[in-house]
Amino acid sequence: MRFCLFTMLLSLTVLLCGCSREQRTFRNPPPAEQTLNTIQVSGLNPGANPIATPVPPNAYEESAYATAEGQKLFDQYNCSGCHFHGGGGIGPPLMDNNWIYGSEPGNIFATIMQGRPNGMPSFRNRIPESQAWEIVAYVRSLSGLLPKDVSPGRSDDMGGYPPPQSMSKQTPIGITGNPEQSK
Amino acid sequence: MFASVLSTMGSVLVALYQASPLSPGGHSALHPSAPQAAHIEWLYWVIFWICFSAFVLTFAVFTRGSARTYISQPEPLPPIKEHPNDSKAVWYVGGAIAVTVLSLFAVLFMSVITGKQVEGATAEKNVLTIQITGHQWWWEIQYPNSQAYQTITTANEIHVPAGRRVIILTKSADVIHSFWAPSITGKRDVIPGPSSAFSFEVDKPGIYHGQCAEFCGLQHAHMGFSVIAEPEDQFEAWEKEQIAPARDPTTPDQLRGRQVFLTHACVMCHTIRGTDAGSRVGPDLTHIASRKMIAAETLPNTRGDLAGWISDPQVIKPGTLMVPNPMQPDDLQALITYLGSLQ
Amino acid sequence: MAISEPVLVADSDHIARLAQTWRQPPGFWGWFSNVHHTAIGTRYMVTSFIFLGLGGILAALMRIQLARPENGFLSPDTYNQFFTMHGSTMIFLFAVPMMFQGLGLYLVPLICGTRNIAFPRLAAFSYYIYLGGGLLLWIGLLTNTGADVGWFSYVPLAGPAFSPGKRADFWAQMITFTEVSALATAICIAVTILRHRAPGMTLNRMPIILWEKLVISFMIIFAMPSVMVVSSMLLLDRLIGTQFFNLALGGDVLLYQHLFWFFGHPEVYIIFLPGTAIVSTMVPVFSRRHIFGYTWIVVSVVATGFLGFGLWVHHMFATGIPQMSASFFTAASLVIVVPTATQFFCWIATIWNGRLQPRIPMLWIFGFFFVFLIGGLSGVMLASVPVNWQVHDTYFVVAHFHYVLIGGALFPMFAGLYYWLPKITGRMMDSTLCHWHFWLFFIGFNMTFFTMHFLGLRGMPRRIYTYSPDMHWGALNMLATCGVVFMTAGLVVFLVNFFHSKAYGDPAGNNPWAAGSLEWATTSPPPHYNFSELPTVNGREALWDNEPDQPIVVGLRDDVPEVLVTNTLDSDPEYREESAGPSIWPFLTSITVSAAFVGSIFTAWAIPVGAPPVIVTLIGWLWPRGHSPSAPVEAKERLTHG
Repeated sequence: MRFCLFTMLLSLTVLLCGCSREQRTFRNPPPAEQTLNTIQVSGLNPGANPIATPVPPNAYEESAYATAEGQKLFDQYNCSGCHFHGGGGIGPPLMDNNWIYGSEPGNIFATIMQGRPNGMPSFRNRIPESQAWEIVAYVRSLSGLLPKDVSPGRSDDMGGYPPPQSMSKQTPIGITGNPEQSK
Repeated sequence: MFASVLSTMGSVLVALYQASPLSPGGHSALHPSAPQAAHIEWLYWVIFWICFSAFVLTFAVFTRGSARTYISQPEPLPPIKEHPNDSKAVWYVGGAIAVTVLSLFAVLFMSVITGKQVEGATAEKNVLTIQITGHQWWWEIQYPNSQAYQTITTANEIHVPAGRRVIILTKSADVIHSFWAPSITGKRDVIPGPSSAFSFEVDKPGIYHGQCAEFCGLQHAHMGFSVIAEPEDQFEAWEKEQIAPARDPTTPDQLRGRQVFLTHACVMCHTIRGTDAGSRVGPDLTHIASRKMIAAETLPNTRGDLAGWISDPQVIKPGTLMVPNPMQPDDLQALITYLGSLQ
Repeated sequence: MAISEPVLVADSDHIARLAQTWRQPPGFWGWFSNVHHTAIGTRYMVTSFIFLGLGGILAALMRIQLARPENGFLSPDTYNQFFTMHGSTMIFLFAVPMMFQGLGLYLVPLICGTRNIAFPRLAAFSYYIYLGGGLLLWIGLLTNTGADVGWFSYVPLAGPAFSPGKRADFWAQMITFTEVSALATAICIAVTILRHRAPGMTLNRMPIILWEKLVISFMIIFAMPSVMVVSSMLLLDRLIGTQFFNLALGGDVLLYQHLFWFFGHPEVYIIFLPGTAIVSTMVPVFSRRHIFGYTWIVVSVVATGFLGFGLWVHHMFATGIPQMSASFFTAASLVIVVPTATQFFCWIATIWNGRLQPRIPMLWIFGFFFVFLIGGLSGVMLASVPVNWQVHDTYFVVAHFHYVLIGGALFPMFAGLYYWLPKITGRMMDSTLCHWHFWLFFIGFNMTFFTMHFLGLRGMPRRIYTYSPDMHWGALNMLATCGVVFMTAGLVVFLVNFFHSKAYGDPAGNNPWAAGSLEWATTSPPPHYNFSELPTVNGREALWDNEPDQPIVVGLRDDVPEVLVTNTLDSDPEYREESAGPSIWPFLTSITVSAAFVGSIFTAWAIPVGAPPVIVTLIGWLWPRGHSPSAPVEAKERLTHG
């Protein structure tokens, strides 16, 4: 009797925990209007104190599935054409800790959507927003900013580069040129 | 006497089965439309009848043995070490083993021969080569040609000339798939890395369904293809149409549709030769209107189905790589009109 | 050791001391310290039966999804998890633990005529590790981390690029748990059979069930390392980025399949051979004679064990391997029919030249004959390469392996349960309920799985969560789903029968079937010391062939747990050895090992961090206890007439 009760309690607890890492959402809600204009892209601001701007978090950062989709899309949408597999070339590297336009998910999303000077195209209306957030999650994983169990493993190609899950977390240097405070 | 009763019963059963209203027609290993599948079907029936006879004989002897020695008294009889007939039984058992071995040899022999017949001679002239690449979860079909501009690229629908030998070269873009059209020939796994080749020829013109037969992820169930065998002249006409680039829009609606295509996410994944869209991530749409089905044989190629698929593929194939494309209704209608013009 | 005077049979002081020495440790921690084979075997049987139920529930849910075309009952993700979990549960968590580990650990020492299994603590450890693996997999399913890439988990689909998250890692590590468990049990059982048999039980007189357990132990020892290697390679690829299966950097995708099926094919014989052994046990008992063709059957069992390692490529006929290689494996797959057919013919000859007095277990043997025969013959069809090219990875294969696995393992398992539960519980099972159970299950099983032969031939592939109405598979699928109702009803009847009989069944007595093997020489249920007088053996059916004044074994100590070690070939006594008594260390070691294994799913640091606790618990386990050393036995001293 006690054994049965114990088993039921255990199953219930376990069921309720769920596991956000394994979440697979296929039907994305229609993209909401993202307030991209609140995201700072320059280290300069008037006055002494930096303006605190809220940056939207990325729900996909807890999902290994979404991050792996981001990895696939990174190649398929030819991000690797300029950024290669994170090492950079034509474009800046993505696996180091230098984030010219900020390392927060909202910053990277804005970079993808708006484009940036010197060659980064704007992908607004080309890459759907849900997929852009997946790419954001993957890009952050390249420099070890995502938890190890969510970061993708090695890819099935000739890369020979370290898989994101084995990148150690590097403190990002953001738009102000100083190390960003970790969340 | 006994044998002829059995074989008559057998043929009646087979006939009933094949004539049943549930009999599917173009998608069964037992309804071959190509000599490859026919060889395999012949072999199947031969082995089936050998096995059936083995089953009937063994089970009959077992039942008879149980019945004739059955004793119903509840008290357990004193056990004996051996029976006087045991030495005779040695001969019977030995004989049964010998018959088994001979039958197995026959099965082996016929299998090897049939295997060679199915592989067939590939030193034929006038062979059509088709390259099939398995993606998650669609089939990329290419008709290679030494002249690059005459290479045909399409998706999920394979046209072959009836009666001509076709060689399929397999390639996988991601995981292991398996190319299987049961009424044409056996399956061949599509494995990343080595390219495998097999051949067939389809006798009768018709549409033959096939499906991926190696578990490849979320939408393995919806990864079908069709092989359309047609007379030689129809096939050549189809080839010529497929080589041509996409038709230019002729009506304002089609023009608007092309504009929608080129300014939305479509262009990130699809090719329409003759426009600027050249991505190889998803199926080639240059001649999409010439295909009978979309989404890897999941939906018929009609306006409504295409609209639903474009708006939200995740409802139909959850997990597929194509994202929902919400857009203005007018834009969607124009897009469908344009795609419908791409014969 | 010298015995100068004969010991009286059933000396009550001796029995009392034996009972005290071999008593089960009481209390909560006592439960975890128990190392007696009957307790461990019972735990295996109960746990694996629960997994059978869980796997069956998954199957029922899958069948509901497939009953109608384009059904929306299960999402594709859920369906993929369910079919993977169903296969993995049934094969790794039910079939081997029940057929080999559970029944084996319970019966082998009794049939050998000894007091406990060899290496009892290792046997206990194997159970806890098995339980850990099962919990890992099922807790995974409940936390949305259920494995979803098939029970065989092919790469590249299961590799890091196409299977994100930890689902495949949970599967791969479950393999490690269950294979360590199986290896441990195999060693215990093999050593017991080779060295702990009753005096007089020469190899030529060994019951066939012991031959089969011995062959399976060796099959496990050779096959399991292959799957441990391949699952570890997969884990390494996923966790630390090795390139074993990455084509672009020199790996190979087919390597996975070869290594997996080198284990996978012997695995199914590991599941099927216990079934044949159960049949070989019962057919003589209910035909009231020694089995016909003992030598032929033993040779067949051993041959199956060897040949089973030569067939694995028949799972890969569609991969494009050269015809010549394929034909070799066709030949091998057909050759292995011969030993199985030999066993069949010998059983039929036993019945034909015997006097059949069937009881309820025999009903299941009849079912086995029908079902397994069909399954084996559809296997002959599958062995043929061209036919395989059509029906591989279709429902034809699903039908085939369910016929051979359910027919070859589950039917004999039920026969075995109805046969041995009276020994285990001391109560007879109800006969009417057994008939209901059998017919409901038999009808439901054939309704579900015979239909699948047609579905496969009509083009329905495996592992699809739905299908189009244009395929015309709907009616057959609906019929297959209906069979599930009958099978479930049959299983419910069995459970009712079990619980009712355990409480209210007729007392079984020592030997309700008037059988010949040694487990029937003691009470039902057996005392913790198994036998009040350790028997010796005079023939293949010990109780039938014993002389009226058959000697017993005396001289083993009754103040410490002691067993007799005998010679492998002739079973002459060699020395006495103290058997390990109750110990908490196997359980503690299983905790530390499980922690290390589970941790290594998430980080490679789990190995160096997890190793010290494992070493500590192993030191506790192996710490010398001041046992009395093994004492050699002189032949003339060993026996006395009792």
